[in-house]
Amino acid sequence: MEITFETARQLRLTEEEFELIKQKLGRTPNFTELCSFSAMWSEHCSYKNSIKWLKTLPREGGRMLVAAGEENAGLMDMGNGFGVVFKIESHNHPSALEPFQGAATGVGGIQRDIFTMGARPIASLNSLRFGNLNDKKTQHLLKGVVHGIGHYGNCFGVPTVGGEVYFESCYHTNPLVNAMSVGIMQANKMISATAEGIGNPVFFVGSATGKDGIGGASFASADITKESVQELPAVQVGDPFQEKKLLEACLELIETGAIVGMQDMGAAGIICSTAEMSAKGGVGMRIDLDKVPTRQQDMKAWELLLSESQERMLIVVEKGKEKLVLDVFDKWDVSASHIGEVTGDGLLQFYMHDVLEAAIPAYELVLGGGAPQYTRENTEPKYFEKINAFDINTIEDITDIKSIAEQIIQIPNIASKRWVYNQYDSMVGTANASTNAPSDASIVLAKGTGKALAITVDCNSKYVFANPYIGGMIAVAEAARNIVCSGGEPIGVTNCLNFGNPYDPEVYYQFVKAVTGMGDACRKFQTPVTGGNVSFYNQGPEGAVYPTPTIGMVGILDDFSNRMTLNYNQEGDFIVLIGKQKNDISSSEYLHKLQQVEYSPAPAFDLDEEYNNQQIIAALIKSKLIVSAHDISEGGLMVTLFEKGFHKNLGFTVSVNEGLIRKDAFWFGEAQSRIVITVQKSMLETVMAQIQNAGISAEMLGTVTSGEIHINGIDFGNISAWKEKYDTAIENILNN
Amino acid sequence: MKFGVVVFPGSNCDKDMQDSLLHDLQKEVIMLWHKDKDLSMFTTDDCIVLPGGFSFGDYLRCGAIAKFSPMMQSVIEFANKGGKVLGVCNGFQILCESGLLPGVLLQNANQQFICKNVFIKSDESDALQIPIAHGEGRFFANDATLDEMESNNQILFRYCNKNGVVAPEFNPNGATRNIAGICNKNRNIFGMMPHPERATASALQNIDGKKIFQILGLN
Repeated sequence: MEITFETARQLRLTEEEFELIKQKLGRTPNFTELCSFSAMWSEHCSYKNSIKWLKTLPREGGRMLVAAGEENAGLMDMGNGFGVVFKIESHNHPSALEPFQGAATGVGGIQRDIFTMGARPIASLNSLRFGNLNDKKTQHLLKGVVHGIGHYGNCFGVPTVGGEVYFESCYHTNPLVNAMSVGIMQANKMISATAEGIGNPVFFVGSATGKDGIGGASFASADITKESVQELPAVQVGDPFQEKKLLEACLELIETGAIVGMQDMGAAGIICSTAEMSAKGGVGMRIDLDKVPTRQQDMKAWELLLSESQERMLIVVEKGKEKLVLDVFDKWDVSASHIGEVTGDGLLQFYMHDVLEAAIPAYELVLGGGAPQYTRENTEPKYFEKINAFDINTIEDITDIKSIAEQIIQIPNIASKRWVYNQYDSMVGTANASTNAPSDASIVLAKGTGKALAITVDCNSKYVFANPYIGGMIAVAEAARNIVCSGGEPIGVTNCLNFGNPYDPEVYYQFVKAVTGMGDACRKFQTPVTGGNVSFYNQGPEGAVYPTPTIGMVGILDDFSNRMTLNYNQEGDFIVLIGKQKNDISSSEYLHKLQQVEYSPAPAFDLDEEYNNQQIIAALIKSKLIVSAHDISEGGLMVTLFEKGFHKNLGFTVSVNEGLIRKDAFWFGEAQSRIVITVQKSMLETVMAQIQNAGISAEMLGTVTSGEIHINGIDFGNISAWKEKYDTAIENILNN
Repeated sequence: MKFGVVVFPGSNCDKDMQDSLLHDLQKEVIMLWHKDKDLSMFTTDDCIVLPGGFSFGDYLRCGAIAKFSPMMQSVIEFANKGGKVLGVCNGFQILCESGLLPGVLLQNANQQFICKNVFIKSDESDALQIPIAHGEGRFFANDATLDEMESNNQILFRYCNKNGVVAPEFNPNGATRNIAGICNKNRNIFGMMPHPERATASALQNIDGKKIFQILGLN
């Protein structure tokens, strides 16, 4: 078969890239080689359109033990000799086509990134976005995705401890499924994804290779169209039982000291793992593809190289220790095959029955090596004009806050997500400390380390759409706020950057500004970015999704007794608002969903104010002066006051003067950096003095009751009636 | 009294059970590999636990493959000699598949996996808050079997509300007669869907699980 630019174009390579490949090889590639470049230079593997901007993020310092992007996941120092490993990844396109397997394999993939490093995963989170929940297609996708996440995670045995779910029309065609996993390990036992030692054997372990997922990486690097359904073979099929055995076998093998390097096979399967491990160690590999166990007959070399069959690992073993490997995998009934050797020439040579099928310098395939890097054109989006034109005075203020409150707490973005999370095993591992004591972030005991972790995923993409720079900052700020309100110290970030097509200058503008905002906020909170994933091309015929830079953040509780819960604790406690009330309804759920205003600015946000407010919360918690802390987010102050009551069925009496603030802004506005705390009577004076001394505004709102709710003299009834509405809103839509 | 916890491939509550028994109930615990057979270190005063999880992936009926493992042959022998055996969640499913306990566990009535805190009670106890986490936990047996079990006091736990009221609306999975846990006629083999080992650590703010072990006489 003659290889021309037309072949390359069909493999989603540009003419410029095809020329570059010929130049690098000094010849025209054969089909197998061209396929390898297509996969490795896809956005998904090479970050070619994003890496220049990702490098502007704070990527070192603090507790980081490996540089960002160097290994399969980030590793940070927990103290006491332990490290926390974490990463978030997208599986958007597979989930759009086949929600169950798409989401399931997304969970499987992120778990492998964690245990490849030698860590045992202890917690999973996810961030999901769908179209309008009343739409039947959305309901199908939601049910499939949730079932898939549950199917994989529940069997694999890692608790799903937190997450977020949003419904916005822009995600109708292209839902977002971002999965995060967190593991712990002894910090000095990390297994690197590096191949070293000429002559060392290369092992292929785990499931047999089939034709599923071929071209997945390049599939993820194109828009979704009606024809995408023909790419269905590009969606992988997951086997969580196999992965559970793989986990146990790999962790057991690490203890034998036989492993030189290990990498999981995710996107672009064998070609990606061999190329990345070799390039990193400055070596090459000779691989006999015919020794790879297959589940389909007559697979071609390019199919074997590109298959994204799940639950597979590549392991470089110290020569002479092959038997240790075989024994461990035999114990766990997991297949392990010796498929090749490390070589010294930097060349990847793939053979089928002793016939050389492909020979490519590993370095040329990978990010940081020969893979191209671009910076795309960017222009300010036209829709900004509509955002700038928003005038709050065109919206009439409300009079009846009770009826608005009733609507607000039943908006799917705000209502309880129990229909979703009750399908996830959230308690396996007996380390989820939030089940019986909820906090803004999920608190997970890191057994054996003497510490606990506070973990959260956050992004309000409506804010990022309104103002990518400020929205990017808010995503980081909210994550940090959630961790601080839970008593944790934020230490680091993993991000999942979901955007539209990067060749659209307006999309690229959103990307650049959001990354810049995230970077500024991460520097402020001293939470470096340890890695993550970029997912472009999230768009369908109706346009791009909201720019969605999901932030996964990890915090540490050195002392578990500093854990802070979000809920009212006792009747009679005082309710205090920390932070300023503002005349702001911009980008609020109230404005967007109840007033149907799609274009308005991002809510009020000031990075220094945010930081200072978090500092005072951290100080109050450390001094054991407060009994609860819950930040104000979607739905505003009103929703926060209710949410604090649900856990223990406690109500509140609040009596305040709205002053010059509009009623809608006072109760439902989403101005940032506000936190509602409760304080025992005996501590009140000390707390108020400490807040005032720090120069931070605080306002006394009222007191906790046994269940009845009164706001400025209006009887709101009992908390249990509100809880019922909040709990069942999503179920009621799905059951209709 | 010491405990043996069987580890099948796909078990994922084995370590939780070990932690609970060892740290929260201060018991001696020996982990048992499914490919082994030796139970000679146990007497009939001891207890073998089949933990929760997805043994062998549970791609067939839950527990249907696990019952053939070498260790299960020894466990069946041990149980028939009068040794104590506790199966939790997947362990309960394995006990039913093995014929050590009557009945079967069907897919939940709502066709979904359910994980949440529920309340269960024994005839003598108050309502105890214990987590469930299963997709196939709907206990079923025919009426004759059920009547016989009732008359032998083999129903150990039923789903209820926090005040101890047993009624259909407090039944999370559609189990017949709200059954959450049972024992055999000789009262040495116990099976239950809720996870008592998930409710014994004070750091998790629920230690009702300790009372479950007490009721079973395994404390």
